[in-house]
Amino acid sequence: MTFSAALGLGQTALELGLINSLTVLALFLSYSMLNVCDLSTDGCFTLGACVGAVVAISGHPWLALPAAMAAGIASGFVTAVLQTRMGIESLLAGIIVNTGLYSINIAVMGNSSLLNMNKTVTVFTKAKDLLKDSFLAGQYKLLVALIAVALTILFLSLFLRTRLGLAIRATGNNPDMVRSSSINPAFTTTVGLCIANAFTALSGCLLAQSQKSVNIDIGSGMVTVALASLLIGGTFMGKGSITKRAIGVVLGSFIFRLVYAIALRFHMPASMLKLVSALIVIAAISGPYLKKQAPLIRQRLKHMDRGE
Amino acid sequence: MLRIEHISKTFNPGTVNEKTAIRDLSLHLKRGDFVTIIGANGAGKSTLFNAIAGSFFCDSGSIFLDGKDITFQPEYRRAKVIGRLFQDPMLGSAPGMTIEENLALAAGRGGWLSHVTREEKTAFRDRLALLNMGLEDRMKQPVGLLSGGQRQALTLMMATMADPKLLLLDEHTAALDPGTAEKVIELTKRIVEEDRLTCLMITHNMQSALDLGNRTLMMDAGNIILDIQGRERDGLTVDDLLQRFRAGVGKAMDNDRMLLS
Repeated sequence: MTFSAALGLGQTALELGLINSLTVLALFLSYSMLNVCDLSTDGCFTLGACVGAVVAISGHPWLALPAAMAAGIASGFVTAVLQTRMGIESLLAGIIVNTGLYSINIAVMGNSSLLNMNKTVTVFTKAKDLLKDSFLAGQYKLLVALIAVALTILFLSLFLRTRLGLAIRATGNNPDMVRSSSINPAFTTTVGLCIANAFTALSGCLLAQSQKSVNIDIGSGMVTVALASLLIGGTFMGKGSITKRAIGVVLGSFIFRLVYAIALRFHMPASMLKLVSALIVIAAISGPYLKKQAPLIRQRLKHMDRGE
Repeated sequence: MLRIEHISKTFNPGTVNEKTAIRDLSLHLKRGDFVTIIGANGAGKSTLFNAIAGSFFCDSGSIFLDGKDITFQPEYRRAKVIGRLFQDPMLGSAPGMTIEENLALAAGRGGWLSHVTREEKTAFRDRLALLNMGLEDRMKQPVGLLSGGQRQALTLMMATMADPKLLLLDEHTAALDPGTAEKVIELTKRIVEEDRLTCLMITHNMQSALDLGNRTLMMDAGNIILDIQGRERDGLTVDDLLQRFRAGVGKAMDNDRMLLS
């Protein structure tokens, strides 16, 4: 592998990692802070991609971003209402919304499962035109993604320190405490899921615009990929301030993409991505549990030896 | 202050597990009352607290706090004016958040999107210093690192921070070792006196039930069977209390957790 090839590999991983890290940051809010595993992530990611694509194709590349986020908020709101006001288990609520979104996404794309944006003006082509003569000409994708991620981290680290942000964190951290406090968990869960899904949708929107196409499967398996990145990030910067942890999960997203890009380079079939992310999630979540069990297993083995 | 009128609550009505936990109970509290509550297990003490705090709605009757009808007010609304402590110190604070963040939540000042100000942080420190536990130098540490006693003391601080109209203490020292328990009781006494709080406290320690506060209630089978206050209460001993219980219920106080000393 030549140096330039390696550099190209790193750059692709960085671009994709940054765009995906918005979804990872969304899960950072819903999964790590609110302690809700939001299984509507896949559908919401696709929703953001579809809405963003349709709006961009109609000639409004900038409007596509808030439009996608608004769609994400709506989707998160439905998921939240199902679990806080209608007595549906939080996992099930996500699955239900995810299923429903499939039809909605097809409808958004005008009853098609594929949209092409080859000739569409997107935020990326805008940035490309803008940077045409500067030394950053080749890095326009990176720059757009970087700005989006930086703004998201800034927002999260400010927001999670407000009173509402603290209330959201407490809701996930100690539900017993919140139940007998003046915090209404239905409200904090709703706000948390709306914000998280806005970022998920934005992530989908940016990915669609950067790869210049959307298909209905663009978000499938996203929740596992994002969880894997989140958990990788947690092993680097699991403790410390919110900002540090948020940067950690972005790093996790990049590392995940980098490992994946290298594996592709060594002729791993592209279809293996989802299996790899599934394995990473299994290892990251079961690891600490199995580690705790290890002394007990050793003890039992010793006990059995003595019995014979 | 607090007016409870003929409330009743039956759990699992119409099933074999049907249990009437509170039976036509009425209670009137004056502002600044510090009431201790004793009674055997299953007498309905905690259920009474749940009813006041709004963990469930009563089947009948009404509850007024400060002249306002709160019978059907949801729990989180009531929590703005009712502070509450449980036996389990883990129930009152968020372990993954720092002491400062927990206090900021409890203080409940400012709008949803406001940050904790520097003045507030200083105020938190000053208030924590009153505990004499060195917590004021650990503001940035997660609450999960504190001991049970420290956590309960912190919870007490949090519960009384937003000037509640009513403080409910549900055996809040029962899970602590005797030394720490005494410290938390002392603290409770001081805070209730200084802030002139109206307070209800469940205890299994008959002696502290008589020592603390200005009024003692004894509960049995979902109702109040003894209500002692004023001159009648002065000079009352634990033995007198037990005798009066026997006279009132027709059986001896049966509770392995009751501390008679």
